Amino acid sequence: MKSLAELEEIRKKTLEQINLRTSNNGMRVVVGMATCGIAAGARPVMTAFIEELNKRNLKDVTVTMTGCIGVCRLEPIVEIIDKDGNKTTYVKMTPEKVARVVAEHIVNGRVCLDYTIGEAEK
Amino acid sequence: MQLYRSHVLVCGGTGCTSSNSEKIIAEFETHLAKNNLQNEVKVVKTGCFGLCAKGPIVVVYPEGAMYTMVKVEDVKEITEEHLLKGRIVRRLLHNDTHEDGTSKSLENVDFFARQMRIALRNCGVINPEDITEYIAYDGYKALGKVLTELKPEEVIDIIKRSGLRGRGGGGFPTGLKWEFAAKQPGGQKYVCCNADEGDPGAFMDRSVLEGDPHSVIEAMAIAGYAIGADQGYVYIRAEYPIAVKRLQIAIEQAKEYGLLGKNIFGTDFSFDLEIRLGAGAFVCGEETALMTSIEGHRGEPRPRPPFPAVKGLWGKPTILNNVETYANIPQIILKGPEWFAGIGTEKSKGTKVFAVGGKINNTGLVEIPMGTTLREVVYDIGGGIPNGKKFKAAQTGGPSGGCIPASHLDTPIDYDSLIQLGSMMGSGGLIIMDEDNCMVDIAKFFLEFTVDESCGKCPPCRIGTKRMLEILERITEGKGEEGDIEKLELLAKNIKASALCGLGQTAPNPVLSTLRYFKDEYIAHVKDKKCPAGVCKSMMKYVISAEACKSCGICAKQCPVKAISGEKKVPYVIDQEKCIKCGVCMEKCPFKAIFKN
Repeated sequence: MKSLAELEEIRKKTLEQINLRTSNNGMRVVVGMATCGIAAGARPVMTAFIEELNKRNLKDVTVTMTGCIGVCRLEPIVEIIDKDGNKTTYVKMTPEKVARVVAEHIVNGRVCLDYTIGEAEK
Repeated sequence: MQLYRSHVLVCGGTGCTSSNSEKIIAEFETHLAKNNLQNEVKVVKTGCFGLCAKGPIVVVYPEGAMYTMVKVEDVKEITEEHLLKGRIVRRLLHNDTHEDGTSKSLENVDFFARQMRIALRNCGVINPEDITEYIAYDGYKALGKVLTELKPEEVIDIIKRSGLRGRGGGGFPTGLKWEFAAKQPGGQKYVCCNADEGDPGAFMDRSVLEGDPHSVIEAMAIAGYAIGADQGYVYIRAEYPIAVKRLQIAIEQAKEYGLLGKNIFGTDFSFDLEIRLGAGAFVCGEETALMTSIEGHRGEPRPRPPFPAVKGLWGKPTILNNVETYANIPQIILKGPEWFAGIGTEKSKGTKVFAVGGKINNTGLVEIPMGTTLREVVYDIGGGIPNGKKFKAAQTGGPSGGCIPASHLDTPIDYDSLIQLGSMMGSGGLIIMDEDNCMVDIAKFFLEFTVDESCGKCPPCRIGTKRMLEILERITEGKGEEGDIEKLELLAKNIKASALCGLGQTAPNPVLSTLRYFKDEYIAHVKDKKCPAGVCKSMMKYVISAEACKSCGICAKQCPVKAISGEKKVPYVIDQEKCIKCGVCMEKCPFKAIFKN
């Protein structure tokens, strides 16, 4: 260890890996993983989120699972909750759609309206 | 770098390890692989969470779900339900963590919410075998700050202003100790850490070393810089194999990262650390005996002065602090002495870790601000006394301390209030006793311990404590004589005044404090030949009530020495000559017709 900067670098790098153990202020990606969600292909969707977030080094985003939201016909459903608690519900998700959601919504804060539940129900 | 969506923290402290947490970790890895989750979920072995009564403990993040008393067979369910499907396994959750169907986060559980964790801040949070996790939570930042921004005098000044006092028992101001050593003329000096935790029931030092070994290493390096030492020794008892192993790993990692060794942080400060194993002698927790033992001699104390700060290890100026004391240092440097001094009472600053054991629901480790009352520790954090029994006394300070009776439950705990009550802080063992404990028997237990552990160098301790024990044995056997209590008091006074080291000087404390608060129990033993709590076997007998006995014969069948006889329609009787007072009959009687007298 030659300098404080070097220490700070290790600190930041590791903290990103383990900060989900402390209170997290970043975005949360919640994937519906009840039987209906899994049957509709929620697992590849979630894996795609993890891979995409890894690729972009987005460490303050947590990916969690939840049960059945109730609109099983629209599964796989993914909810993205920002740090102010605003919730966006994406429906009929696929691994292909994930890349765009991460790029536009999570990185740039622009909701992909055409994937949301409001759009699907029109 | 791999991002995991979930972390499974499994306690790897001694308590949980002995109830199979190693196997649980292996089982998690197997099941995660089976469900193809190994790249999404990470299993981390941590230090002690503190709620040892409910071990093994598993905490799953990001939900913060706390599972207690997890069995190896439960792992499959947790993996398939929680980790795969996101459904928390409610039946395994810790009682307090859920209400109205929602789970509370760990910080809101009663057991944790009332605590304030400074020394234990990383225990159960980080993987102790990974230095980068310690660094992530501001580890080694204090050392960096000290080496690059502060002069040694400034470091000592910070510690002095924080009001930190030794956590090993004596309560000597840490800053003052460092100052004495720093003021000695230059040349070789040493920094030592006392991890020879020997009080029966105390295990906070073990938990710190198992859960957060780097905090001790960092603090010792800071101490080395403050007093001008380049070499440190951690004296740790060999009976703590997990702590020894993790400390060894931590030292190696610190060396690898250049946080121990030459020219730390590019400065001209160098510091090295070595482990010395204790061979299991209680007296080696006494500072002069400890240093004699590090030197390779038989662990015996020597008279002070000269104090170790002047003439310590190999005759050189040395500071010796306890594990928990060190664990506080990095936080004091980072958050400032005013922050630390703002916690606690007028003369006792900061927090104290207690190992709570005995007749209490939540056996485990708690860290509380100084000045918290005993009642809060026992009832709010500790969860009260099992089976609705009544609180009788709390024993603090191990064999050097004493008992605090129920009438003082509301005393704020700090160094000085405990001394006033005739006990002491000690290293932080807190043994809770209920109405079924005999106080004379407790005093005898602790005295047996000191008689065993006396090194034999000075006569007051070697002979005096033995004579006291003989009197106590007589009393508990129902052979107490008039004048025994006075003899005990006189002996105690003389031993306290004349023993060579802390072990002997404090050995009579358990007797003196029980005499102070529970003299009536002593008198009952000596005069009436009765043990009010029904513990001292020779003074009580098991009796069958003729009215309540239904002559079922179960007791006679269970009696291991065939001391019970009777027949149908005639109440059974116990032959007192044959009875060995094992209590089996009373336990087995379906009509509660057998009682102690």
